[in-house]
Amino acid sequence: MRARLSRTVWGTVAWIAGIVFVFPVIWMVLTSFKQEQDAASNPPTWIFSPTTDQYAQVFDRHITPFLLNSLMASVLSTLFVVALATPAAYALSLRPVAKWTDALFFFISTKMMPAVAALLPLYLLVKNLGMLDNVWTMVVLYTSMNLPLAVWMMRSFLLEVPREVLEAGEVDGAGLLTSIRKIILPIVSPGLAATALICFIFAWNEFFLAVNLTATTAGTAPIFLVGFISSEGLFLARLCAAATIVSLPVLVAGWLAQNKLVRGLSMGAVK
Amino acid sequence: MTDVIARSDEKAGAVPPQASAPARGGARERWVRRAPLLPALVFAIIVTQVPFLVTLYLSTLGWNALRPGRREFVGLDNYVSVLTDSRLRAALANTVLLTAGAVIFSMVLGLMLAMLLDRRFAGRAVVRTLLITPFLVMPIAAALLWKHALYNPAYGLINGLFGGSSDWISSYPKAAVVATLVWQWTPFMMLILLAGLQSQSEEVLEAARVDGAHAWQIFTRMTLPHLRQYLELGALLGSIYLVNTFDSVFSITQGGPGTATTNLPYEIYLTTFRKFEYGEASAAGVIVVLLTIIVATFALRVISTLFRMEEGR
Repeated sequence: MRARLSRTVWGTVAWIAGIVFVFPVIWMVLTSFKQEQDAASNPPTWIFSPTTDQYAQVFDRHITPFLLNSLMASVLSTLFVVALATPAAYALSLRPVAKWTDALFFFISTKMMPAVAALLPLYLLVKNLGMLDNVWTMVVLYTSMNLPLAVWMMRSFLLEVPREVLEAGEVDGAGLLTSIRKIILPIVSPGLAATALICFIFAWNEFFLAVNLTATTAGTAPIFLVGFISSEGLFLARLCAAATIVSLPVLVAGWLAQNKLVRGLSMGAVK
Repeated sequence: MTDVIARSDEKAGAVPPQASAPARGGARERWVRRAPLLPALVFAIIVTQVPFLVTLYLSTLGWNALRPGRREFVGLDNYVSVLTDSRLRAALANTVLLTAGAVIFSMVLGLMLAMLLDRRFAGRAVVRTLLITPFLVMPIAAALLWKHALYNPAYGLINGLFGGSSDWISSYPKAAVVATLVWQWTPFMMLILLAGLQSQSEEVLEAARVDGAHAWQIFTRMTLPHLRQYLELGALLGSIYLVNTFDSVFSITQGGPGTATTNLPYEIYLTTFRKFEYGEASAAGVIVVLLTIIVATFALRVISTLFRMEEGR
């Protein structure tokens, strides 16, 4: 009886905490369906007739190219990351090279270097190559940004392939390609998907490099929002519509993959 | 510079029991093993280490892009001016304050939420989904949402719900930035700590209860020590990401009022792209890297401990 009561009480507390935390996001979505005068009212408007005007406005103001740039930079960099990280993780886990810990720690230490310390040389180089405001520049940079994370994650997933099964395969005469296709891939593919997803999330949300290296041609989704930084009041509902649109892909992806999220975020150090 | 970190932890990485001993065969065999690693390694070295070396070189130049043709070697002068610059010292202090504030508050909140989610109750999966949502919102969108929809003095939700007409951003700029960061990063801490809580052995906890331990005793004597590494990992990873905070400073306060919220990344951004002092910006960048190495060395030590635990299993 007491156990059940305490379960109800703590459950209620947890629900309240969850609602408080998600509330700004709910407010963002609600506001995105308001007219501007309802959005910027005090006290806040709770009852209103929903409109999709703000979404229409955002698309009229050409958010689509920004979304496409983000999609291209995120998807392509994720593909490159996976293509580079998976073999590397293999060489650092199942058939480790000499000094594999050094290599592993080298990768992670690059992730710990503040981007701001590399910005100027990158800017000068990219400018001299005539690659400023070019999506491919962002593809390369996002690939290097996510590579360490992916190597660590993929390694932690590859370690789950049972050694015995691999050896049994080898005894039965399975070549490297056969064991990759028949043994390794089926076991690691959920991990591969999680790795790709997290790389996609980080690339999609990246702002610092994008704001300094892109402009109108290659601007990514976060850059579309820069215009709202000083907008005072008049465009709150439109801002909320834009913020909802740009956040949606990652929200959906993250909700679907939340079980794998923690492992990815801690780079495989925590399961 | 990354070598330093790698070296210091060399001893920490034990050979995984399940892996065969690193290649002993001939040179050919060694290259066959290395081949899959090389593309990633070469790419990472070129894209991350070369720019840093260039930063190091640029930091010794007196170079303002507004005065073309005047680019000369000045040795450590930039470092001297950076270290004696009051703006930069303010930026350093702000970076420490904003990072520490965000990490500590999100850690404490994250721990409380993880403890709640570690219990069974109706709709636990839904609550977890609600709680991780702030982490998934695009950071610049989150920053703008807080700036305009929550903090705004005239129609912001905070004043709307609780009354008053405070201008939160200009009255409490640091707190306004920290609160936004805490909202975004608490889910991250919660997820890591929840993983830690769920790896606790249920039998040992049960045994403690049978022996008459109170909930508080179990928490302080068993749960907290067990969580220690997860707390450290969360704090260090959080610090590494939060030291680089740019989106929210750029959009909520633009570093102001005055220099109240100008942190190092934002100050370096201003020095590079507003004042065009390339030499000084580079020197400041190098200093940030040196500071990060200190935090990162600790982070790597924690990771390698967890790593050993993983290999030991």
